[in-house]
Amino acid sequence: MNLSGAKALLKSLEYEHVDTIFGIPGGVVIPIYDELFNQDAITHYLVRHEQAAAHAADGYARATGKVGVCMATSGPGATNLVTGIATAYMDSVPLVALTGQVTTDLIGNDAFQEANITGITLPITKHSYLIHEASEIPQTIKEAFHIASTGRPGPVLIDIPKDVQTTSARFEYPKKVHLPGYQPTYEGHPGQIKRAAKAINEAHRPVIYVGGGAKISGASEEVRALAETIVAPVTMTLMGMGTLPAEHPLSLGMLGMHGTKYANYAVTESDLIIAIGARFDDRVTGKIASFAPNAKIIHIDIDPAEIGKNVRVDIPIVGDVKRVLQKLIPLLKDTRTKEWMEKVQTWKREYPLEFGETGLKPQYIVREISRLCPDAVVCTEVGQHQMWAAQYFSHRHPRNFISSGGLGTMGYGFPASIGAKIGRPEETVFDLAGDGSFTMNCQELATAVAYDVQVKVAIFNNGYLGMVRQWQELFYDRRYSQTKLSEINFVKLAGAFGAHGIRVDSPSEVAPAIEEALVVPKPVIIDFRIEPEECVFPMVPAGAALNEIIDAKNGRV
Amino acid sequence: MKHTVSVLVQNKPGVLARTAGLFSRRGYNIESLTVGVTENEAVSRMTIVVTGDDTVVEQVTKQLNKLIEVIKVSDLTKESYVNRELVLIKVTADSSNRAEIMQIVNIFRARIVDVAPKSLIIEVTGDEGKLDALIGMLKQFGIKEIVRTGTLALGRGPKVIQSGKD
Ligand SMILES: Cc1ncc(C[n+]2csc(CCOP(=O)(O)OP(=O)(O)O)c2C)c(N)n1
Ligand SMILES: [Mg+2]
Repeated sequence: MNLSGAKALLKSLEYEHVDTIFGIPGGVVIPIYDELFNQDAITHYLVRHEQAAAHAADGYARATGKVGVCMATSGPGATNLVTGIATAYMDSVPLVALTGQVTTDLIGNDAFQEANITGITLPITKHSYLIHEASEIPQTIKEAFHIASTGRPGPVLIDIPKDVQTTSARFEYPKKVHLPGYQPTYEGHPGQIKRAAKAINEAHRPVIYVGGGAKISGASEEVRALAETIVAPVTMTLMGMGTLPAEHPLSLGMLGMHGTKYANYAVTESDLIIAIGARFDDRVTGKIASFAPNAKIIHIDIDPAEIGKNVRVDIPIVGDVKRVLQKLIPLLKDTRTKEWMEKVQTWKREYPLEFGETGLKPQYIVREISRLCPDAVVCTEVGQHQMWAAQYFSHRHPRNFISSGGLGTMGYGFPASIGAKIGRPEETVFDLAGDGSFTMNCQELATAVAYDVQVKVAIFNNGYLGMVRQWQELFYDRRYSQTKLSEINFVKLAGAFGAHGIRVDSPSEVAPAIEEALVVPKPVIIDFRIEPEECVFPMVPAGAALNEIIDAKNGRV
Repeated sequence: MKHTVSVLVQNKPGVLARTAGLFSRRGYNIESLTVGVTENEAVSRMTIVVTGDDTVVEQVTKQLNKLIEVIKVSDLTKESYVNRELVLIKVTADSSNRAEIMQIVNIFRARIVDVAPKSLIIEVTGDEGKLDALIGMLKQFGIKEIVRTGTLALGRGPKVIQSGKD
């Protein structure tokens, strides 16, 4: 069978079970869009900025576990994807980005709307392709989806010149990929697993430290079984939230810069850290020399390059964390952690997360959203509200907390929430947003309204680039340089796009507003006018050790 | 310290840029890099010589392994290996010193591959020490141009770095 490149592309996507694409057309992708017009296996969502196409595909991927797909034209369309691709790369999200390219005879000539997008994205993709001939399309798509979704997942970019889309070639979808240089290790080394079991069985003060890898691997059950078997506390990174439900008695919530005091104290006093699908990011470890100074470290990760990258590791195990844990757990005994658990529980009682009572507190709003829709998928932007969302929402499910952790991309949450809602239409999807971040991609209200994607946006409106303001308050003598934001009427903004807006000024209005948002059959924005100078606590100042953690009482000088 | 890293890659466009990028990102200047096809023409071998902290070179090696088109990476520095480089040297020469130069060339088992009234081109292969010594000796005559291939290396003994199944 002979097909045009454009047809072959769509056919190949169908073979990969793609039914959703986010994108914007342009000159060199018209042949692909022309084919989209003729079919109904794939739904294309027209977004209003390509960055949002990448973030929506990313949110869709994180919410569903499937590969997200976005598409853009050459040049500016492709470069607009860059932030979204980098965001997905940093958080190991399976994404396939399709870009149009100028015709093969013009490549390298600075042709109209030419950008070397494979070159630009080289360091932020797991892999990329520039297709030269239509016949390469099926094999390339097959490989791209395989690479994006296996091993440590990540974004793959495919650049397709316009003439390749219009020439025809024989189409046969390959059954296999042949990638001699790509063979991820899934099974942990049995000897290493034995050594890990021995270390765990001998530990007195173990702490389980869980990152995003546990979610990706679908290892929530195994993490819980591990914790319950050895009776050890579990702390999670921003990417790991929800792996063990927040209400679980062994959960210590988040660790690191804005982690709980008890998680940070537990890590510091631990004699054995069991790191699962985590990468010892500097926001997590604090000052590296003081990180878990008395602990042995077991590190389970599918990516060998993560082992020993930031901290010395005593027992590395390279493999899929779910499979490794399944092999490890049967070798474990109930360890002698009674005393340790008592100590941890004392810290938990003594140093709970807490906030003041004056005015409209953001922490209170997060608690109310958590109470009224405990099973919602929660997306966030980046800033203070992101940390409050991590700290105060009672996370229950691993794929229900979606946040840009590694890159920290403002403007991520809203388009990601649209992607998440499209991927899981039955569920309530909230974007917990900052007023600064939301305006970075608020044009996507048009997309949400056009496709009736009923996401609910809670704006924590403090009138500031709050997280930066907090640093200026604490470390720069309150010189609020360029962090005050001008007033925006978000209710009118919602109305202009055909969404529903609600303004909330006092605590008594919070629950009714959330309830209203849940029943209004539209995308909704709630403009919560929070205490403008509220800070996120506790906090480990940059470069300090985890136990040098400050809170609202000792934080302000 | 100096590391000689041998990398088997699929012979595809872009693979060189990806590989080199991993070094430059970390501020490492590649001292030399050679590429050529192997016994299997779908596979090329790169030999990269770079000076750097052991742990950083180890991290770069792991990152190299993550590249899809990289089949195998080995840091030859950890074992015993043979390394060779080929250099072409154009020196100023006329009838007055040609004989002296030829004598030096013979001692180093180098060859003269081009003769002109006012210059010679010398071809020499060897390891770094030998090449440096020869270049040092030729300086007195006036070196006009030098071009080097960069280091090639293979581990000693029967052990091979395999490109995997076909
Ligand atoms: C795209 C981007 N630009 C800049 C930053 C730096 N930055 C981090 S948090 C922050 C402030 C965010 O403000 P807002 O969205 O209002 O959230 P708040 O902290 O007030 O809750 C800024 C500017 C960033 N993370 N991302
Ligand atoms: Mg703000």
